[in-house]
Amino acid sequence: MSVNPELAGRQYPPTEPYLVGREKIREFAEAVQASSPVHFDVDAAAAAGYDDLVAPPTFTIVVQQRGLDQLLADDSAGIELHRVVHGDQRFNLVRPIVAGDELTVKFRVATVRPLGGNAMVSTEADILDAADVLVATSYATLVVGGDV
Amino acid sequence: MTFELTEGELIAERDVHFTRESLVRYAGASGDFNPIHYRDDIAEQVGLPGVLAHGMLTMGAAVQPVIDHFGDPGRILDYRVRFTRPVVVDAESGAELHVAATAAKDLGDGTWRVDLQVTVDGKAVLAKAQVVVRVA
Repeated sequence: MSVNPELAGRQYPPTEPYLVGREKIREFAEAVQASSPVHFDVDAAAAAGYDDLVAPPTFTIVVQQRGLDQLLADDSAGIELHRVVHGDQRFNLVRPIVAGDELTVKFRVATVRPLGGNAMVSTEADILDAADVLVATSYATLVVGGDV
Repeated sequence: MTFELTEGELIAERDVHFTRESLVRYAGASGDFNPIHYRDDIAEQVGLPGVLAHGMLTMGAAVQPVIDHFGDPGRILDYRVRFTRPVVVDAESGAELHVAATAAKDLGDGTWRVDLQVTVDGKAVLAKAQVVVRVA
């Protein structure tokens, strides 16, 4: 099985909304060894001008995953999870994600390039809030191993 | 609050310790249950040197010294890394990462690029690890 070269440019439909919860933010913040009180304490977040608890910057990946799952579930893509390595990752953050956000993902494949026996699949995911306003864009390059 | 930075200035430095518990905790928090992050037998089967930390755990933990320095995670406008070397987490001793954050470039409009050096045993595990921070 190899990566379908026609994948480049493919746009997946918006995902179902992901509702960001306080406890998920606390759990994630603890897991990445974050210590800012705005991740844990609603009063501290309010004092810093936020509507609710603030997610760490890389929490964006949890939401982006909903988009990536579409690609992994796409039989015509030719991508098997156990052959995938995360090559690089970038988040462009318009505003922090906060508890209560309902976020949808518009996921697309930008390019597919061969590299040695592998395929470099560049993906882009726009993360939008309930008002359809852009919150963040996540760029990930997946290195997909060739047939063994 | 405005921060005055000087190009090349070391702004934060920290040792970060990962244990197997850190990996299980991150798996649960993130939903990434790839078994190479908690099962030695599977890591071995797929030819890895051992159980690895999630790249996203390394990325997530490495930016924390920067957030603590500037005090507000909302100051992080952009963050990128390239994963270059896997972080093997020993069942007993874990893994020790060293993070150093340096003011790299004034990007104008009250923003700076901060570069992260993230190493294990002196070897870089991330490349081109760059954070764009609002300093004003």
